Amino acid sequence: MSLRSPLSRAKGLGSAKSGVHHFWMQRVSAVALVPLSLWFVFSVARLAGGDYAAVEHWVSAPSVAVVLILFLGATLYHSLLGVQTIVEDYVGHEGARIAVLLLSKFVHLAVAAATIFAVLKIALA
Amino acid sequence: MAQFSLPQNSKIDKSAGKHFPAPSGARNVQTFKVYRYDPDTGANPRVDVYDIDMDACGPMVLDALIKIKNETDATLTFRRSCREGICGSCAMNIDGGNTLACTKPCSEVKGDVSIYPLPHLPVVKDLVPDLTHFYAQLASIEPWLKSDTAAPTRERLQSEEDRAKLDGLYECILCACCSTSCPSYWWNGDRYLGPAVLMQAYRWLVDSRDEATGERLDALEDPFKLYRCHTIMNCAKTCPKGLNPAKAIAEVKKLMVERTV
Repeated sequence: MSLRSPLSRAKGLGSAKSGVHHFWMQRVSAVALVPLSLWFVFSVARLAGGDYAAVEHWVSAPSVAVVLILFLGATLYHSLLGVQTIVEDYVGHEGARIAVLLLSKFVHLAVAAATIFAVLKIALA
Repeated sequence: MAQFSLPQNSKIDKSAGKHFPAPSGARNVQTFKVYRYDPDTGANPRVDVYDIDMDACGPMVLDALIKIKNETDATLTFRRSCREGICGSCAMNIDGGNTLACTKPCSEVKGDVSIYPLPHLPVVKDLVPDLTHFYAQLASIEPWLKSDTAAPTRERLQSEEDRAKLDGLYECILCACCSTSCPSYWWNGDRYLGPAVLMQAYRWLVDSRDEATGERLDALEDPFKLYRCHTIMNCAKTCPKGLNPAKAIAEVKKLMVERTV
């Protein structure tokens, strides 16, 4: 039971003065992913039927490795922002929300590090 | 908080509903299934069924509700005032969509007419929801003209083009149909301002006579107050005045980017 006024409750803690960066980056990464995704799907389709060595050879080309790292970075960044939106939508409990958001950040960073390392390992071998 | 099922004491008791048949001899009968909740009894909500002789009833859903209250069941509680779609009092969920009972023809509903209060708000009684927080949120965006320039001795002038920017915004009657149809408002209504209030915020952001645009944007820039809108478009679909709050919110988001990038 709280005797705070309705207006005080509606104002809450005020504006966080943030959110526009998240919104803008979600759009920027989405635009970047249009050509990157098309390139990735097209390239993987062309590798269909190829063996491990063929894929390794493809990744080892410097231009491919660079674009692949850009694709991974953009995908995971876009995913991180998207997951944050979903968590903020549906996880109402303050503590649970912070915990899930932290977990999401760590998982996305770990996946980014692992995948980019994998590309570099092949490209620089 | 996302809450996907009703609390135990808000669930509809299917066995408790009463049935009020139409008078004998009625030939044009339409059935109205109306949500009933009386906080004084402590009982769960129920759905009462009223069969109405439409030959002796006005065309709109509000006419049917008034007929029920006058002739059948005086305990039925609902808000109404202007009966012509300008006061916003009789906003309720009719046939699964939020709209104004006074401008919704009964004939538009195929079969039985189900009538519930606006969704996801505390219910005061029957079809009367508690709009306290909604009104407080409107007050929080300070929906009035703010100006630092000394007040003129005559009207504040506005060009025709600038006045035209308020079209599609000023017509809002704040009935809350849109906000209570928005899933984001359902899950995060405590912090998310919702389509109706955000459209009012934009109404003052684009007003050429207002001088507080920056402060208004400052107050809105928040992951919860503004950015819970994901352009679901329920607001525009349900608006009984044919307005598009989602577009107004998109314009606010564009202003946010414009002053950053």
